[in-house]
Amino acid sequence: MNSLLKSPRVKTPNPKRPGQIGFWGTIPALIIGLLFTVGPLAIIVIYSFLSRPYSGGGVDYKFTLEPYIGFLFQADFVGNVTFDPRYLQVFLDSLQQATVTTVVCFVLAFPLAIWMATRPEKVQNLLVLLVTIPFWTSLLVRTYAWMLILNDNGIVNTISKSLGLGSHELLYTPFASQIGLIYTFLPFMVLPIYSSLAGFDFRLAEAAYDLGARKMSVVRKVLLPIAVPGIISGILLVFMPAFGSYVQPVLLGGGKFLLIGNLIADQFGQSRNWPFGAALSVIILVMLMLALIIIAVYSRRSGRKVELAL
Amino acid sequence: MNTSSHGADLVISGAVKTFVTPEKVQLNAVDNVSFTINHGEFFVMLGPSGCGKTTLLRSIAGLESLDAGSITLGSQRIDTLAPHQRPVNTVFQSYALFPHLTVAQNIAFGLEMERKSKAEVSSTVNEMLALVRLTELANRKPAQLSGGQQQRVALARALAKKPLVLLLDEPLAALDLKLRRGMQEELKRLQETTGITFVFVTHDQEEALSMGDRIAVFNSGKPVQIGTPEEIYEQPVNRFVADFIGESNFITTHVIDKGGKQMIQLAGGDAVALPHNVETVDGKVTIAIRPERISLNAAGPKLATGTITNIVYMGTDLRCTVQLQDGTDVAVRVPPPFGVDLQKVGATVSLSAETSSIRPMAPEGN
Repeated sequence: MNSLLKSPRVKTPNPKRPGQIGFWGTIPALIIGLLFTVGPLAIIVIYSFLSRPYSGGGVDYKFTLEPYIGFLFQADFVGNVTFDPRYLQVFLDSLQQATVTTVVCFVLAFPLAIWMATRPEKVQNLLVLLVTIPFWTSLLVRTYAWMLILNDNGIVNTISKSLGLGSHELLYTPFASQIGLIYTFLPFMVLPIYSSLAGFDFRLAEAAYDLGARKMSVVRKVLLPIAVPGIISGILLVFMPAFGSYVQPVLLGGGKFLLIGNLIADQFGQSRNWPFGAALSVIILVMLMLALIIIAVYSRRSGRKVELAL
Repeated sequence: MNTSSHGADLVISGAVKTFVTPEKVQLNAVDNVSFTINHGEFFVMLGPSGCGKTTLLRSIAGLESLDAGSITLGSQRIDTLAPHQRPVNTVFQSYALFPHLTVAQNIAFGLEMERKSKAEVSSTVNEMLALVRLTELANRKPAQLSGGQQQRVALARALAKKPLVLLLDEPLAALDLKLRRGMQEELKRLQETTGITFVFVTHDQEEALSMGDRIAVFNSGKPVQIGTPEEIYEQPVNRFVADFIGESNFITTHVIDKGGKQMIQLAGGDAVALPHNVETVDGKVTIAIRPERISLNAAGPKLATGTITNIVYMGTDLRCTVQLQDGTDVAVRVPPPFGVDLQKVGATVSLSAETSSIRPMAPEGN
């Protein structure tokens, strides 16, 4: 006992496990994150509760709920406040375009992802590379390419004319904007679904066949449930940016149809109504946060990890 | 579909399955195989990896299609049917449990595919859970189970379909030794209680001997010998079987013809008659003797004389290597009690064996 007490104190080794980096290593990223992500967000939230100055741009530091009220109601010169669905319509149009984009992307991506996941490993790597090729060039450049394809003398119309089908107005239509969105966001749907199926043990499909399942039942009862985390992650990665998209509605849709993205951009530009633009942004933010919370709850309930990653 | 019918033997005839290797060589994984698996028996297909046993099993399941030949079950030809139409189910080596379903849902999967009523599904699931003793774990996910438990779920899932034939593809390979022993007994019990024909693929000869009613020993795409465990062990038809099942000493020696009866005489031994006459190659024959069938310094005719060159204590027995005067090494297992004089390296000993333990091997390629 005595000798134990007297024994020199053993220096406890650094409890850090190999491969772990201490807290201090994360400081630079935290600073950047706070300054450039949380910071602007905070500014937007604060601005959305401030008044618009008479001069137009900027904000007056006076609290008001006017920007939020302005989203749904309109005050006329006399001061009567009436319900005004115009902005709500923009919101719903955006919602529709984002939903169509998401659904079409899913319908296209799911079979593609299954097909990719069933190829030999080397081929799979090549296919993933091919899917990511669009990321190698700027979105703007690719969107201009679509303009060249769709314009009156573009590839589509040239072929259509030579076939005697006549010329069609494709560019600067909601259709063009929709095509551009689907094109842009398809990889964001393919990759997460693919990655949730890439580790899929195809012996499970054999087991399902063996237990009496037909081809479609195997897809529905085995592949689809296993791909669910990837599908959810794909839906988020497509829906969220498609909802607030700006480039495609402006460049391909010709800016003729007001969507929430260019409506917001407008508030900080021509319309010079910063608080309203900020309020619109906050509305989108809250909506997406709700979606994320629902997914987090699902993830915890089902015990399955839903990753927001490619 | 899965009505039980008696005498539903599984008949494989002229089965051929050819693969093309990456080197563009045609390989007969299953090479013109014909045999019958009797209804209700525990049939083991044993062989080294790549011998075609798993390919044949998958062909029975319908996961591979044969290039030639047929498989019939009772009066029904099944090799032309889709997997879901065959009254046959498989327990996979990897278990292949559905990770997103609970134990009970896994077991119910096959029944739901048959569009059985909810009541029927749940009563069968409960029956199966009880059969494999997993009732308490019904709501767990496969990832929350041990290897042995996952194995039992895979069994219950396949048995729930009440197949006429259950195929088991090395189901115990992933389990540790103790668990494997337990599962071997459990499988045997399940087979006896259900009366379903079990076709069990393994590369573990001990497993095959302890479990099979009959064993087919496979080599390069076809069964070399089919018989009861005792027949396979005691009367291996050729060197491959004698070598693959248990241990054997192979000694090649000249055959002496004494009045039409073939005899052999090893270095330092007496002339010993072979149990039966065999075809010789250049006047020579290869005999196989199990190490445990040789006794050292026993009375009676000597098979050979040699020197102990190595002794390994194995607990249950001593494993001695005896070098004969002509340089041949012979392995001998000495059962306890271990004589003190035997435990010395360098001691000269005589070897003897019953005539029936000496197995002359038919020339290779048979």
